[in-house]
Amino acid sequence: MSTVIKGGLVVDQTGERTADVVVDDGRVVGVGPDLSGDEVLDAAGCVVAPGFVDLHTHLRQPGAEEAETIETGGWAAVRGGFSAVVAMPNTNPPIDCAAVVQEVLALGGKAPCDVYTSGAITVGRRGERLAPMAEMAELGVRLFTDDGNGVQDAGLMRRAMEYAAGLGVILAQHCEIDSLAAGGHMHEGEWSSRLGIPGVPAEAEELMVMRDIALSRFTGAPVHFQHLSTGGSIAIVQAARQAGVEVTAEVATHHFTLTDEACASYDPVFKVNPPLRPPEDRDAVRQGLAAGSVDAIATDHAPHPPDAKELPFDQAPPGMLGLETALALALTELDLPIAKVVGLLSWQPAAIAGLNGVHGGPITPDSPANLCVFDPEETWTVDPGDTASRSRNTPYAGRQVRGRVRHTIVGGRAVVVDREMRP
Amino acid sequence: MKHLLSINDLGAEGIDEVCRLADHFTEVSQRPIPKVPTLRGKTVAMLFYEDSTRTRLSFEVAARRLSADVMGFSVSSSSVNKGESVRDTVATISAMGPDAIVVRHRSAGVPHQVAGWTSASVINAGDGWHEHPTQALLDCYTIRDRLGSVAGRRIVILGDIKHSRVARSCVMAFTALGAKVTLVAPATLLPPAVDSWPVDVCSSLDAVLSDCDVAYGLRVQQERQSEALLPSLREYTAQWGLTVARAARLPAGALVMHPGPVNRGVEIAPEVLDRPNATLNEQVRHGVAVRMAVLYLLLAADPEPRPQGEAS
Repeated sequence: MSTVIKGGLVVDQTGERTADVVVDDGRVVGVGPDLSGDEVLDAAGCVVAPGFVDLHTHLRQPGAEEAETIETGGWAAVRGGFSAVVAMPNTNPPIDCAAVVQEVLALGGKAPCDVYTSGAITVGRRGERLAPMAEMAELGVRLFTDDGNGVQDAGLMRRAMEYAAGLGVILAQHCEIDSLAAGGHMHEGEWSSRLGIPGVPAEAEELMVMRDIALSRFTGAPVHFQHLSTGGSIAIVQAARQAGVEVTAEVATHHFTLTDEACASYDPVFKVNPPLRPPEDRDAVRQGLAAGSVDAIATDHAPHPPDAKELPFDQAPPGMLGLETALALALTELDLPIAKVVGLLSWQPAAIAGLNGVHGGPITPDSPANLCVFDPEETWTVDPGDTASRSRNTPYAGRQVRGRVRHTIVGGRAVVVDREMRP
Repeated sequence: MKHLLSINDLGAEGIDEVCRLADHFTEVSQRPIPKVPTLRGKTVAMLFYEDSTRTRLSFEVAARRLSADVMGFSVSSSSVNKGESVRDTVATISAMGPDAIVVRHRSAGVPHQVAGWTSASVINAGDGWHEHPTQALLDCYTIRDRLGSVAGRRIVILGDIKHSRVARSCVMAFTALGAKVTLVAPATLLPPAVDSWPVDVCSSLDAVLSDCDVAYGLRVQQERQSEALLPSLREYTAQWGLTVARAARLPAGALVMHPGPVNRGVEIAPEVLDRPNATLNEQVRHGVAVRMAVLYLLLAADPEPRPQGEAS
């Protein structure tokens, strides 16, 4: 059975054109005017883009199924226009060996999007010795991170880089120097000072960015920086790239949307790691995206059950939902052309995750049919109850945003049609 | 006003009003039977997650002198030890229909959270490093009582300011009333972004003592050494403590204040604390009248008494 997406503006890395797109048997079979198919998906006034790729998703399974499962997280992903997600390894047990990778990939079969997984750099994400990266790479793992923890030991990070480069995989770093960040629960600055909440200085992130740039230059291994949150980090990465060091970077949607002032409510829904920063940093993150010094928008989707987010601020776990609001926040908060936003959400992260050719387009005949159709002008109000996630910890409740996903197609199958999920 | 979570909830006018009411309740406290029926039928719940002697007793005495009923809640003998969350505990207490809940917790912001979970008035009795509004109020009252007014006074705050909820409330209250506040501490015991506070900062106590009306000490705890914030308490005292020799530079009539508990000999020398211009016991005494004023302000002005105990 074929499906035709009618009347949309096709946007991919080759450019923009008004065209119908026909999908059959998992692949795009036609792009052009006046095409037909068995099922018609209306795309009038909409953008037809390659499906989005999230480099940074916490699916919580195995171990914290009360917060999210791979299946529910997958539905949140496709509702947000993502056809692929990269699962973070801070599960219980952590994704640090072939057995857990296999479990996650098997569970991923139940999800409506393609589920890829990262692997931990070190055993147990403890930063003590290397995890078996080669056996995980054999199963298709392309991105390794101890996310939630930065690798503290510079000598170990050097060896990890050398080892990873030899395997042709990429290391991604959660940049945070523990000795500077320890005990902190929000950005250290005027607001933390006023609120009496222990802070995490920007330097805790920036120092590790600097260190890993030096190590990347030293070892020749590429490194990817996760969820950069400070103007300093963005500037350091930009300078390193100009100097030819092979580094890439992502930023999370909340870091270009929210600021540390939100913590004045003492509502742990605004607690996240790295923390929300002052307006200057939020603006620098936006400029980094505009200038191209940041490669990807990631969600850092981090579900937590309600009782965990009702603890005192300093006891609540960090993290917020992100999959279903990413596109809208990017369109609402960033003053960027639509094609640029789409690139930051699809082909650019796809390249970092090694998924080119499968996700991220271009939308041409015979390419895999992983597509997202969104209305860039529809305004809507975020409702925490209207989510496919098992959790409700969105910091955007009641916020009016612009841009909404209408249809999502993964592997040729329309899994979201007119915002309705099709199990 | 529904809650007292921060000194900012009051502002200068509110602080003045509390002080005026406290004058009245000081008079009540001096009567042979120091009790008035003002809050008869009202219930005040004490929700103390952190050890406290003076603040808890002071609130209890204040509530009883206004004829309110007091509901005690002791963490050690409660379901908190069985893992009950703050929210569930607040729901349980609220179901018994208190008019006010007095909250102390070691985490900043818990009274704010509690205020969102109950229909009772919430009074912050100290939350983490954040605020301790009634302490600042009784300090304002003490300064006003001794020196006539807070406005225009030069107040030096010394000790561990970074980790002090009293410091945050006092700085807000003193400056709201027009005092000039100077913080004196090693930089490791100052809050981050202190330049955003409405204060002067000085690294030398000697430079400011001869020119101040109040020297206000805050406790410097032993554990600041192990956190590498101080090389040693001995060095702290030698460089930044209010020693006998330094206290001699204070102008005649300048007050020495401290919220307690004192680490005698660390931030302030014991001899200095025993002088007539040291106000520690007065501060405690005024605490009762000031807390009566706060309870009165929050509860007596309530035009429509809520039905009690609608849930069981």
